[in-house]
Amino acid sequence: MIKVSNLSKKFGSHISLDNVSCEFKKNESIALMGANGAGKTTLIRSILGYYHPTNGEVSINGLDPIKHRTEVLENISFVPQLPPPIKLNIDELLQYISISAKVDTDKIIHYANEMKLDIKSNMNKSFFKLSGGMKQKLLIAISLAKKSDIIIYDEPTANLDPKARDDFYRLLQQNEQDKVLLFVTHRLEEVKDLVNRQIYMDLGKIVSDDRF
Amino acid sequence: MKNLYLIAYLDLKESLRAKWFLVYSLVFGGMIALFFIAGVTESQVMGFSGLSRLLLMYIQITIVILPIFILITTVRSISGDRDNHILEYMLSFPISLKQYYWGKIIGRFITVYLPVIFAMIIAVVYGAFKGADIPWSIFFLYTGLLFALSSAFLGIAFFISSFVKSSEVALGIAFFIWIFLLAFIDIALISLMMQQRFSTELIIGISLANPMEIFRVAAISLFDPELTVMGPVAFYILDSVSQSMFVLLSIGYPVILGLFFAFLGYKIFEKKDLV
Repeated sequence: MIKVSNLSKKFGSHISLDNVSCEFKKNESIALMGANGAGKTTLIRSILGYYHPTNGEVSINGLDPIKHRTEVLENISFVPQLPPPIKLNIDELLQYISISAKVDTDKIIHYANEMKLDIKSNMNKSFFKLSGGMKQKLLIAISLAKKSDIIIYDEPTANLDPKARDDFYRLLQQNEQDKVLLFVTHRLEEVKDLVNRQIYMDLGKIVSDDRF
Repeated sequence: MKNLYLIAYLDLKESLRAKWFLVYSLVFGGMIALFFIAGVTESQVMGFSGLSRLLLMYIQITIVILPIFILITTVRSISGDRDNHILEYMLSFPISLKQYYWGKIIGRFITVYLPVIFAMIIAVVYGAFKGADIPWSIFFLYTGLLFALSSAFLGIAFFISSFVKSSEVALGIAFFIWIFLLAFIDIALISLMMQQRFSTELIIGISLANPMEIFRVAAISLFDPELTVMGPVAFYILDSVSQSMFVLLSIGYPVILGLFFAFLGYKIFEKKDLV
């Protein structure tokens, strides 16, 4: 599904990704680990088509994520590390998602309820005014409702309490079939029951890649 | 197209709730109210009176404040979203960059243009209610000129927004451009004229390349078709083009300039890393 070939990305003189090659296939759940500045986020952003590679290429189901951005992103769900301060209210945000990505709003509400988040009573509230945990729960609900083949989570549980984390992992287990699940995490023990592959990055390179 | 309108609609809704929009609308609406309270329509200066006098004053103040309002409220549109990671999340959905960028421009254009034009409509309606003669030719000219000025500065603002890394830098550049176009070009041109190193036509040509300057000249051209208040410069302008052609130029040129910068901004947005 995802093929990264000899990918390098430089920002000025700083090398963020150094000739990285890897492949992620259907039914793989990967924990992407490494110290700060190892290149994890750069790799994810390259997969999402945000960065123009200095060298090498990324292909998602055979398509370049920059040249075929809309086709590629139809099949990707993404939850960032920190929820952005979006000023739209929840109703407008859901409208944006349902129209642009053809996601059923009822499904988002369903997954939000599963995450113990009542969004129906908060529809007119600005997204950025929700608590950190509520924002994260909503983004997770959206990612699950989107029914993508590739789900990318960048430290998704940072703002969640233990109960919400359990809900999140339960929902993921129910939805991980036939997908690529990519977790950026510093806490392997939290996702070890979900993942079957662990990649460790350092200084822009993949230093270990273990399957189990 | 559906996504383009969606982005425009959501940007418009977001802007309408923003505090800057409230201040922006109050400034232009308040200005008109202040003119009526101060009895501008009853005064007569240089032969202008009634609603014509009011609209002339309105436009003279608008020349100064509209560009800086548009620049500072718009220049952070994309750079601000990039700064605080909104772009990273919003662009993870299947929206093309073209739809996102031009949708934002359409939404923002409606936001900045409507209060300015609405204030003028209020003036005309209130003036008519008070029994004043409505100067329709001036009203339609100003509608076109404000459209053109808004387009020019919106395009410039989106151009800046597309390449700057932080919103602070974007604000700094916006402020510099405003000061440069408002004052520095005039000061520089006066000193050039004093030195007489360049031909007068060139100096006037450079001056009229400034969208604020062309707006200023066109704004008085309906009151003063001979442009006598401008002195000898008027001869050069009116010798080169007719008055009606000059009015068309003063609307067409800023619109094209705005579209050019907006398009340049889009190309940068498309070619650069998004976050």
